Amino acid sequence: MDVVRKEMIAMLLAGGQGSRLGVLTAKVAKPAVAFGGKYRIIDFPLSNCINSGIDTVGVLTQYQPLRLNSHIGIGIPWDLDRNSGGVSVLPPYERSVNSEWYTGTANAIFQNMDYMESYHPEYVLILSGDHIYKMDYEVMLDFHKENNADVTIATMPVPLEEAGRFGIVIADENKKIEEFEEKPEHPRSNLASMGIYIFSWDVLKEALFAMKDQSGCDFGKHIIPYCHEKGQRLFAYEYNGYWKDVGTLGSYWEANMELIHLIPEFNLYEEYWKIYTKSDIIEPQYLSADSVVERCIIGSGSEIYGEVYGCVIGAGVTIGKGTVVRDSIIMKDTRIGDNVVIDKSIIAENCRIGNNVTLGVGDEVPNKLNESVYSFGLVTVGEDSVIPDGVSVGKNTAISGVTEQADYPNGILASGEAIIKAGD
Amino acid sequence: MKAVGIILAGGNNSRMQELSHKRAIAAMPVGGSYRSIDFALSNMSNSHVQTVAVLTQYSARSLNEHLSSSKWWDFGRKQGGLYVFNPTVTVDNSWWYRGTADAMYQNISFLKQRHEPYVIITSGDCVYKIDYNKILDYHIDKKADVTVVCKDMDKGMDVSRFGVVRMNEDARIIEFEEKPMVSQSNTISAGIYIMRRRQLIEMLERSAAENRWDFVTDILIRYKNMKRIYGYKMQEYWNNIATVESYYQTNMDFLKPEVRNYFFRDEPKIYSKVDDLPPAKYNVGSDIRNSLIASGCIINSKVENSILFKKVFVGKNCVIKNSIILNDVYIGDNTHIENCIVESRDTLKANTYYCGDNGIKIVFENNARYVL
Repeated sequence: MDVVRKEMIAMLLAGGQGSRLGVLTAKVAKPAVAFGGKYRIIDFPLSNCINSGIDTVGVLTQYQPLRLNSHIGIGIPWDLDRNSGGVSVLPPYERSVNSEWYTGTANAIFQNMDYMESYHPEYVLILSGDHIYKMDYEVMLDFHKENNADVTIATMPVPLEEAGRFGIVIADENKKIEEFEEKPEHPRSNLASMGIYIFSWDVLKEALFAMKDQSGCDFGKHIIPYCHEKGQRLFAYEYNGYWKDVGTLGSYWEANMELIHLIPEFNLYEEYWKIYTKSDIIEPQYLSADSVVERCIIGSGSEIYGEVYGCVIGAGVTIGKGTVVRDSIIMKDTRIGDNVVIDKSIIAENCRIGNNVTLGVGDEVPNKLNESVYSFGLVTVGEDSVIPDGVSVGKNTAISGVTEQADYPNGILASGEAIIKAGD
Repeated sequence: MKAVGIILAGGNNSRMQELSHKRAIAAMPVGGSYRSIDFALSNMSNSHVQTVAVLTQYSARSLNEHLSSSKWWDFGRKQGGLYVFNPTVTVDNSWWYRGTADAMYQNISFLKQRHEPYVIITSGDCVYKIDYNKILDYHIDKKADVTVVCKDMDKGMDVSRFGVVRMNEDARIIEFEEKPMVSQSNTISAGIYIMRRRQLIEMLERSAAENRWDFVTDILIRYKNMKRIYGYKMQEYWNNIATVESYYQTNMDFLKPEVRNYFFRDEPKIYSKVDDLPPAKYNVGSDIRNSLIASGCIINSKVENSILFKKVFVGKNCVIKNSIILNDVYIGDNTHIENCIVESRDTLKANTYYCGDNGIKIVFENNARYVL
């Protein structure tokens, strides 16, 4: 009897917390964080898959998967509801012996060996759910086949002075990889690994079994070096399009703001290569007679009564009268009261901001809770948070949970402070 | 639910002028993001009517495209589902649908095969939100043969394009006139009917035998003394979009907060086919006042008291005022549009001027579009 065969299946790693996004990922995994007024980060790799003709995608979840599960469902928005294949959400599960969480990226894939086996793939594409880009994986697969490669790593050229932040690949003129350098001090190449791999199935399987006892088994740290040492054919596929890591609040904010440009580098308005998402709010948005909206993108069903400049506003948002919002990201279903002033803030889903509130005033002071996370001069408000009437909030601050007047000494949350009332 | 739904969506109306050239009225875009038929379909779905037949005839391509998948209204089910019936040539019939009763009669096998005891008939060109179960309860309570949903129109409003009814104190309909020139009553039929399925089959077969094809004039009006026909007065918002004026007015109603909240925010929701369009984008120069903007729009100019449907592009230095711009319209720079309805997929050249001076002007160009 013949069996189901898929030439290439994708495994999408979506289990990470993305702790550098602070309170934004207190309740949701990073791939489920909203982006661009309508989307969630995972929509980009998922849409890339279906646009590249890949109809079998395993999504590996672990950290806070509820939002991700309900977003993906059976894959209808991406046309991934299939009789054969389609999208499958793969959380860690208990087994008769050796049950464990996903301890690393490669370990997570290893634990889903049965899933992959059932499709008898020739190639497996490994993706992560935390980048914003449009990429045709089929072109990468062609490159893999042409070179008779065992592993192909997607890379992109970065400025040499920034190369030290990335995993750098050193390849010969035929793009065959000779060496790797992890965050090198003196980089010898500017090709950075994008964390996207195509493996020939036999090679992946052999490597995963060989490294199965490695604790925290990781692609970048263990599997790729293992394949390299074994002398397998590793190739660097060079990608030259838009690719943005949104791993920090600063880069997340910046990537959103770039969408506002007159003709953005990353253009969501092209007919070609559409990005799909689950959208449960479909009605048009209303802009009142007093509203002022300039250089913004605004999601469906929002109602704007105030002034909005340079913002990315999600669906179902209300912005009250006399309110002025500048350079901010406001996510789905958040309601902002009247006469509020908001500067350079990220406000997550379903928040309530009272009247006469001021966000983002004063000088930049390093955050006391976590200096490296809450910087860039941003105010970050986690989802379902409430900010009471009349308070004033400084820069590099974080707020999460239902806050009351008493949480704000003299009605002020000074720059660099944080109020975390929700979360574990 | 104990009823099967029928949506009459075959109609055309010359009073829609050029707007009806492209599509049946049931496929007319409404409220920025919807098609007219979405209201009837969502009402069916929200009332847990699981089996719905849509009868189409006139210019049905746009409508069929909209209905190509039933999943948006939650009809993709093993039990029941959405049926679209276009006129079809069979061994014993080669007619188009000769009227609303004929449309149902030609699909009588569908009605006979169902097991639900009741039928809800509605039309695809009305904008309203109602729970049909309420009407069914009323119908059963009144021991009616047919229940007609009625609506009191504002005093002094011209009701000559509607069916006008008069009820006695028990709400039984004692007078029913179709499109009267002069009318004493301002209670009109909303085009929503409930009756037993077997009753409908019987009436349809008898009318067909007599070569009578219209549901209102040949069935309701003729039977009104013989059968117990009751009126159910709906208090909720209801509008019919069969003329350019009513189409314009119904859309503009969505700029009122009470209408907007009623349809957009209050449960249950109205569903529609989902387009994968990005959020609307407002560039420098955009100045939007009291307007509804759908997703996928890109705006660089002034828009006032208007409704922009999906994927409209507005160039620089334009003025759009009191107008409705349908889907996928491209508007070049320095264009002035006032009191207009711009037909979908149109391309308006730069430096043009459109203004409806006496009433609403329908803009219907056939310019080629150059996309970079």
